[in-house]
Formats: sequence, structure tokens, C-alpha cells
Amino acid sequence: MTHPNLSEQSKRDIPVLEAVGITKHYGQVIALDDCNLDLYPGEILAVIGDNGAGKSTLIKTLCGAVIPDKGEIRMNGQPIHFRNPLDARQAGIETVYQNLAVAPALNIMENLFLGREILRPGFFGQFFQMIDRQAMLKASEEYMQALKFRIQSMQQPVSTLSGGQRQGVAVARSAAFAKNVVIMDEPTAALGVKESGMVLDLIRKVRDRGLPVILISHNMPHVWELADRIHIQRLGRRAAIIKPTDYSMSDGVAIMTGAKEIGGSVAA
Amino acid sequence: MTVNTPSTRQPVLTSFLRLLATPPIGPLIFLIFICALFAILPVLRGEPQRFFTVRNLALIFQQTAIIGVLAIGQTMVILTSGIDLSNGLIMALVSVITAGLAVRGIPLGETTLIVNPIVAIFVGLAVGGFCGWVNGTLVTRLKLPPFIVTLGTLNIIFALTRIYTTATINGLPEPLLVLGNSIQLGDARIPLYALVALALYFITWFVLSQTRLGRHIYAIGDNAEAAALVGIPVNRILLFVYTAAGFLYAIAAILLIARQENGDPQAGQSSNLESITAVVLGGTSLFGGRGHIMGTLIGVLVITVIRNGLTQQGANPIIQTLITGGLVIAAVAVDQLSQRGK
Repeated sequence: MTHPNLSEQSKRDIPVLEAVGITKHYGQVIALDDCNLDLYPGEILAVIGDNGAGKSTLIKTLCGAVIPDKGEIRMNGQPIHFRNPLDARQAGIETVYQNLAVAPALNIMENLFLGREILRPGFFGQFFQMIDRQAMLKASEEYMQALKFRIQSMQQPVSTLSGGQRQGVAVARSAAFAKNVVIMDEPTAALGVKESGMVLDLIRKVRDRGLPVILISHNMPHVWELADRIHIQRLGRRAAIIKPTDYSMSDGVAIMTGAKEIGGSVAA
Repeated sequence: MTVNTPSTRQPVLTSFLRLLATPPIGPLIFLIFICALFAILPVLRGEPQRFFTVRNLALIFQQTAIIGVLAIGQTMVILTSGIDLSNGLIMALVSVITAGLAVRGIPLGETTLIVNPIVAIFVGLAVGGFCGWVNGTLVTRLKLPPFIVTLGTLNIIFALTRIYTTATINGLPEPLLVLGNSIQLGDARIPLYALVALALYFITWFVLSQTRLGRHIYAIGDNAEAAALVGIPVNRILLFVYTAAGFLYAIAAILLIARQENGDPQAGQSSNLESITAVVLGGTSLFGGRGHIMGTLIGVLVITVIRNGLTQQGANPIIQTLITGGLVIAAVAVDQLSQRGK
């Protein structure tokens, strides 16, 4: 994903991922009504909204799990169509789910590479699909080191890790394979305070390594701590987009519930 | 950011239980223990030791082969957190079909077509693979629990076998008996079918531990949802596992024909529980995702050694069933207790 003809500045002006006029009906229920979303390079965009605001439908259209009735998804300015989650993954969008999607009996290395194992070079790799443990071990050690995720051994089963560490493995895995975007759906919902802090740190590191992140969360302190911009979803649309430095948490909640409106739909 | 690794200090009992449950070291220690027991018992009574003789060890090897191959398929299915109750009866069906085609042939009006034995073997392998494919299709398409599916096919296959024949099929042509030949290693006669069984263990070990497919089989048994989310074709792999298992049971049938020199409709009726016992004794979790194929080999050996040793001691054969039953419960309990701390 290089644009040699674009300057740094203009590159920042094109959203990595953009949803334009997305509409989705479920029978009589309108989940999304002409909804927009944009994600710029190198940012953490939080998506907040009350239950039923269309948050999860919106996210599902971005990761290919839901096909919108109307509207367009663009990646780096180009229209793109996802028929299923695999399409989105191939387009470089990875999703971390809240329910700790790791295989506990497999070790950390195997979880990091699950579904994308490195195969041995040559005949054994091609014909027998023989995996290259040494290469995967080395790559996972280097990668986790870079994320400052300190663990005794990449070969310990994930079941020996705490909940936060497990979620950390899931985040690290997605970040490792996402070429363009990481979507995190309530990554800290199942975690305690200290554990959440660890995962938030990790999300920040993922962003600092250059990957833009979409963070869906109910946890307002986490959102205000982490997000560069906040997309507030209400009644199937984007009610506002704000910067956490410009608005307080209670303002955000007020917009979310409709108690407060701000001029225009985009304030940041 | 420093991630604190969880305390590595565990209660001694938990550590010990975990060591016992770690395949295949724990099961191996247990196997060595019972072998030593059967060697020492007669000595204590002032009788000559007969357990560790070349002939007896070769006998154990022979007795392990058939159930050993059935247990390979069972291990693969259990690793995906399934279970296969139909394995012994698939073997019986393939055994009578293969022998029947080669001996009785297919009636075609006036004449009877005696099938070439090699062709009969391939038909048998295809029938076994098809039975496994039916199991796999019911599990993946209709989303039925493997226990129920294989309980159903167990009865259907049993009935089909009995409809085909209730009598043992004898007088087999030579090609079906080739694998019954032995190679002489010193005093020991090692039959070819036992070597085939051993080779199948190594092939399966390679597939399960060294290939992408194998790791995906573990991942599906461990957390099928997570496996699907990272793009592993869960249903396709499950279908492969059940089909491959059926194919392995058919190989077991070919080996059985060579060992018994007949096609046996009575074969394999308790093989399902015996193979599950072997898998569990070998340290594979019934909940899937954890286990080791070589653990299963050790598990099968444990069962055979107990039977062999008790027979040598002149014990009532039913004692063997009693001990095996107790061992299964103990093995599952060790697995459960060692997991509880996690």
C-alpha cells in the first residue's frame, strides 16, 4: 500500500477506510440509515453508541460479516466490496472479538500463526504442508519483543496465561496480520482493571507502529484515554465525531443519548 | 510494558498430576510400571519370569496391531472433540465385504463373479472411507453430536454386516493373507501387519504434529469458533478427519483379515470402547484439542499388556475388563484435576 506520488500530507487526507451512506434494514428495523464513517492513517478511532444505535451492524459491514443494502465502502479511496469476512481479511482488515478468540491448548506461537502457519521451504513445505516451527518461533519472539509483550516462552500454552495476556495474544495476532486496519470489538469487556490497562497499552503500541485502529467500546474512560477521535453513533447514523480533548465524557454520553446536539454532524 | 507471567509455583500435587497428564511421558511411566509389575510378580512367587521374553513381547506387539489402528482414527476424531462409536463395526463390515468379494464373489444371474483380491481390498478401503464420510457429513452438515451420529451408524453398519453374512468367511486367496507373513528378528516373529500398524502411527504423528492440517485439527478441537474466525475451513477439516478415520478402520479390517485368515462379522464389537480407553489412557483429552498420537500407542500397549500379563498370571479374564474400566476413570480424573488449576 504505497502511494509514491502522494505527499505525506495528502496521504493523511485520504481515509484508509471509509463507509459512505451505508444503509441496512432487517425487515422493518432500520439498523443503519445513511451512515458514514472514516478512519485516517495512524489514528485510533473509537466508536461509541447506545445499544441499538447500529454500532455493531456498522462494524460488521466493515469486516465483511454484513452486506449493506446501500452505500459504499472505500479503502484508500477505492471502492471495495466484501462478500464475507475472508474478503475483508484479505483486504488487510483484521478483527479482534471480545470473546477471547484464542485456542487455549495451543501455545502462544501457534495462536499467533493460527491459520497462517509458516511452511518449510522446499518439497516438505509444499507437498506435505510441513510447518516451520523454528521460523515461527523466531518471528513470534521478535514480534512480541517489538510490542514489549514479555512472556517467558512462546511455547507455553495460552491456557497458562491470564485473561489479559490471552486478549493480548489475540490483539497481537490481529495486528501482526492486518495490513491496513485492526478492528477491536470490546477488547477489554471481559477483563479486570489491571488487565485492561495492559491491553490498552498494547493497542496504543499497535497504533504507534502505524496501523489505524477502530475501537468499539462501552467503557468511556478507556475511550477517552485512548482515542484520537470518537465516532458517536445514534439511531443508525453518525450523530457526531469529536476529539476527546474538546469534549468531556459527559458531553459524549449526552450526544450518545440525544440529550445534546452539536452543530453539524462533524465537529472534528 | 512488562507482562507479569503467572506464578510458576504450583502446588506439588497439581504439578505431579500435570506431569502424569502430559502425553506421552505420564502414560509411558505407567506402561513401564505395569510391565515391571508383571515381570516381578512371578519372581516374588519363586516362578520363572515369563513376561520379558522375546516371544511374549512379539505376541504383545501382534495383539496391539488391530486395536492400535482403530485407535489412530479414534484419536484424530477425539482431538476434534468428537467421538467415534462406529469404528469396530466399520472394521467388521469392511472385513466381510473384502473377504466376501474375493471368496463368494458377486452373483450375476447364472454365474458368479469372483473379484480379484486386490480389487476387493480397494473396494473395502472405499467402503470404510465412505462410512467415515457419512459420519462426517452428518456431523458437519446436520450439526448432530458425534456421539449420536456414530451411535446411529454403529447400529446401521452392524445390521448391514449381519444382513450380508452371519458366518465367518474362510478360504481366502493368498493376496489377502500376505500381511500375515512374518519377518524373523532373532527369536521374534514380527508379522507384517504389525509393522503396517506401526508405520501408520508414524505417518499420523507426522501429520498431526508437523503439518498445517494437523495443527488445524488441534485448533478445531480446542476452540472451533476461534479456528473459524481465523479462516480455518472447520467443516472441511472435520469431514476429512471422519473420512480418514473410516479409511483407517478399513485398513484395520485388511490387517484383521490377514491376522485371522478370515472375514469376521463378529469382529470389533467392543473395539469402540477399547479404543476410547486407549486414547484416554494415552493422555488425550476427551474434550479435544489436547493429546498425542504416541500416547494412544502407549494406551493400546497398556491395555494389551494388562490382558497379556493377567493371562500369564492365570487370572480370570473378566478381571482385565474390571481393571481397564477403573483405569479409564482414573485417566479421565487425572486429566480433569490437572486442568482444574487453569
